[in-house]
Amino acid sequence: MTSTTAGPTGDPRSTAGDPTSTPGDPSTPLVIGGRSFGSRLIMGTGGATSMATLERALVASGTELTTVALRRYGPAGRESLFALLDRLGIRALPNTAGCYTARDAILTAELAREALETDWVKLEVIADEDTLLPDPVELSRAAEDLVGRGFTVLAYTNDDPALAHRLEGLGVAAVMPAGAPIGTGLGILNPHNIGLIVSRAEVPVILDAGIGTASDACLAMELGCDGVLLATAVTRAQDPVGMATAMRAAVDAGHRARRAGRIPRRTLAVASSPLEGIVTGPREEDAL
Amino acid sequence: MTTTVNGEAYVPRAGETVLDLVAAHTGRPLDPDGRPVDGGRLGIAVAVDRTVVPRSSWARTPVTDGQQIDLVTAVQGG
Repeated sequence: MTSTTAGPTGDPRSTAGDPTSTPGDPSTPLVIGGRSFGSRLIMGTGGATSMATLERALVASGTELTTVALRRYGPAGRESLFALLDRLGIRALPNTAGCYTARDAILTAELAREALETDWVKLEVIADEDTLLPDPVELSRAAEDLVGRGFTVLAYTNDDPALAHRLEGLGVAAVMPAGAPIGTGLGILNPHNIGLIVSRAEVPVILDAGIGTASDACLAMELGCDGVLLATAVTRAQDPVGMATAMRAAVDAGHRARRAGRIPRRTLAVASSPLEGIVTGPREEDAL
Repeated sequence: MTTTVNGEAYVPRAGETVLDLVAAHTGRPLDPDGRPVDGGRLGIAVAVDRTVVPRSSWARTPVTDGQQIDLVTAVQGG
């Protein structure tokens, strides 16, 4: 959602289209599809060992938007995930995880719209089970179709600036490039590409997948992303609640740093203390 | 032909509708518009032969021989 370049100085962000934002104000909300979110951390729910731990982690993360998958109903005998999110006041974002074709993704999105009474969808159309990376052709087909059906599409995509730009042209509400393949925890493998996607996007950019630890989430925000989506990094951490707390702080820190504008990278040192008035003896080479 | 519900063989009762099926599977009484009588949200969608049947149509959609019926809900993921 920025129209500035992702240069080394961390240019001020464009605030066009967001009447509530003030340049430099870190408290500006994330706006997706006309809806505001106070938290820039979108959580996933996959991989949690128990609903109780998941609940505590979600609360600790401060998230207001959380992904769920759609699967066949089985009598749970306990509180459903749908009911849990409802109770916590967290908006459910259904995904199309596990779909390999546009056709399957569209059916899943339609089922989600009916089940969860939301026309928002995290569109995920994967190419193969080893990488879980998006299939660009099927992803584009599904995005175009779902936008036409009135969905608010948040598209999980590769870290490919050309594809992200294409998806935006098809009308998606947010582009969500992968930092690294899902669940790998490898962080952001191509920061340059993420910065390039950010620099050209008019819709929010959410770094999705690959986050391993807090510094990865912080870097995503420093690169200019509008938010971060993560699941495994929290749910499979040794202490999910502790990691959720860390991620919340990291996203906030990265966002603030981006807004504040980092110093340029330099090859040689620049002294931060004044040279004038220093009391020294002659340099060794002068004394000889 | 065999009717399936979530992949399991199922024998429809005479006059059974999708509304009846969903109420039986979830254990929650439903109004004719497909919403729970208790006023809560159900969080379930139904597809018959891979086509979504809106909840408002459940009461007038019969369960018949040979249908592939799927009831889906939100689970952990993403």
